[in-house]
Amino acid sequence: MSTLEITGLHVSVAADGGAKEILKGVDLTVRSGETHAIMGPNGSGKSTLAYAIAGHPKYEITAGNVTLDGQDILAMTVDERARAGLFLAMQYPVEVPGVSMANFLRSAATAVRGEAPKLRTWVKEVKGAMSDLDIDPDFAERSVNEGFSGGEKKRHEVLQLSLLKPKFAVLDETDSGLDVDALRVVSEGVNRFRADGDVGVLLITHYTRILQHIRPDVVHVFAGGKVVSTGGAELADELERNGYARFTTGAPAEAGV
Amino acid sequence: MTVPDTAPEVAGLAPELAGAKEGQGSKPLASASERFTAYDVEAFEVPGGREENWRFTPLRRLRGLHDGAAFDGTAQIAVSSGEGVTVETVGRDDARIGEGGVPADRVAAAAWSTFREATVVTLDGTPAPVTITVTGPGHGATAAAHLQLRTTPHAEATVVVEQRGSGALADNLEVVLADGSRLNLVVTEEWADDAVHAGAQHLSIGRDAVLRATSASLGGDLVRITQTVKYRGPGGDAELAGLGFADAGQHLEQRLLVDHAVPDCTSNVIYKNALQGVAGTPDARTVWIGDVLIRAAAENTRTFELNRNLVLTAHARADSVPNLEIETGEIAGAGHASATGRFDDEQLFYLQSRGIPEDVARRLVVRGFFGEILARITVPELRARLEDAIEAELAVTGS
Repeated sequence: MSTLEITGLHVSVAADGGAKEILKGVDLTVRSGETHAIMGPNGSGKSTLAYAIAGHPKYEITAGNVTLDGQDILAMTVDERARAGLFLAMQYPVEVPGVSMANFLRSAATAVRGEAPKLRTWVKEVKGAMSDLDIDPDFAERSVNEGFSGGEKKRHEVLQLSLLKPKFAVLDETDSGLDVDALRVVSEGVNRFRADGDVGVLLITHYTRILQHIRPDVVHVFAGGKVVSTGGAELADELERNGYARFTTGAPAEAGV
Repeated sequence: MTVPDTAPEVAGLAPELAGAKEGQGSKPLASASERFTAYDVEAFEVPGGREENWRFTPLRRLRGLHDGAAFDGTAQIAVSSGEGVTVETVGRDDARIGEGGVPADRVAAAAWSTFREATVVTLDGTPAPVTITVTGPGHGATAAAHLQLRTTPHAEATVVVEQRGSGALADNLEVVLADGSRLNLVVTEEWADDAVHAGAQHLSIGRDAVLRATSASLGGDLVRITQTVKYRGPGGDAELAGLGFADAGQHLEQRLLVDHAVPDCTSNVIYKNALQGVAGTPDARTVWIGDVLIRAAAENTRTFELNRNLVLTAHARADSVPNLEIETGEIAGAGHASATGRFDDEQLFYLQSRGIPEDVARRLVVRGFFGEILARITVPELRARLEDAIEAELAVTGS
């Protein structure tokens, strides 16, 4: 049983004319076994929350805490956070020319598991995980994300999720840019991850359609840099019908990533 | 083409002819095809540092190789023996000397005018890989040397030239490939920190001959290598690959001219440098000049050249000047590409976000960057040694 606890989180980014505050006091607690959806209009700060938790240097934490089972995540380097059990599936995964997917996956697994996985079982494990996500085995020899389509990149984010087995996964708009089939494959991958272990998921999305595939336990509406409403899955249904208008009036939208 | 009298430089190509120097001259040359060559050092002016082919080189650090070096030392050249390998020591009157090419700058000509004996290595049949070790003259000494590698028709050979030690060396390396022969050539610059090496490589490709050359520049204070490729008959194929790792204060310069003067030949050039400087010391520097000339007669030429520079830190500077001159429309393909980029913080973040520590992430990226060059080195022990040497360079600043 693990707990990811975010309290009073304020985050700024450097902008023309000084720092600009994006997150304005986020409180959120996710326990293992739970899936929380964070929904909100563009520019509400959803992605900023994801990157701030992961430790992207562009985002400055000005107040608040993030802890994982009581450990101060914000005091850790980016790689320490990952080894502590956090994973961010990115909206725009980065291309790393010259580094093969196979080499990258093995380096990451070695780092997260604390020892190099045994070669024979590792090859089998990777092949199985790739097959589960309908990824062609040839991708193992391609450079990380280089020349991948949007859908291929998202599949590879979920591939990493399934191999690295974090305690908490933050999925940042993993559904964006996916066609119906890819959305199903990616959602099944996330559901396997949820079923396999005592893990927590923070699912950030603009649209409700992914929630048809990945049922959340809790839905938070994010607007103006903070959580403005929390409810069950039925809140997503209401958003589907009525949109975000009820939550955004009076809360000016802020530029996110 | 009219060149104004005052034009100080012509991009990429004007040599240090008398009169070509800024402020002295009437006309700089406009094309690589007019490059001046001579065996005699006195045929060249002493470079002042503003000539096109010297303007990137810190002449003060050349230990006088361009002007007045004593050449009082000797560089040892040792060749591993084997079947099909003939090693000779000859004088400059040997008819074969000069078959590969003629010096095109004052340092190469100084080496040519000074060397006392030349080493000629002839490769016949399919010899086992040959290792040639060149050792510098020692700290404070200067030396001139001359080495010629030649193949017999249809020979297939691999030669590794390992260069190490201290002191300053000016030399000419002639590679004369007979018709239908194939040479894998690896040249390493693994000098001590004080060493200066100004080398001229003359690569002469026979009909249907294949050269696969890979260079690795890692050590030395100043290393400046010029490579000239010429084809003696159709069907020649030359691939020049190289990697360089410049750390604080190091100057690595690679200048090449591929001269397509006969039809149906191929050239492919790929050079990659990584640079890593340190605050408070002189910049890490790399210079890459890639001239490809396709003369009117060289129909059906296919050529591509590429230079990539990866700037890992501040306090580093990479210059890259690709240059393609085409005098015939009847070519199969020609192109060039050059790019210099900083180590990408987003890549670092991505790798770290998967748990990979920063130092491991940097090693992954640099190893990936050099991977396609190292993959061309077919001698496994050598490739492993160079990989280790690159990782050691990365570890110097703990990055």
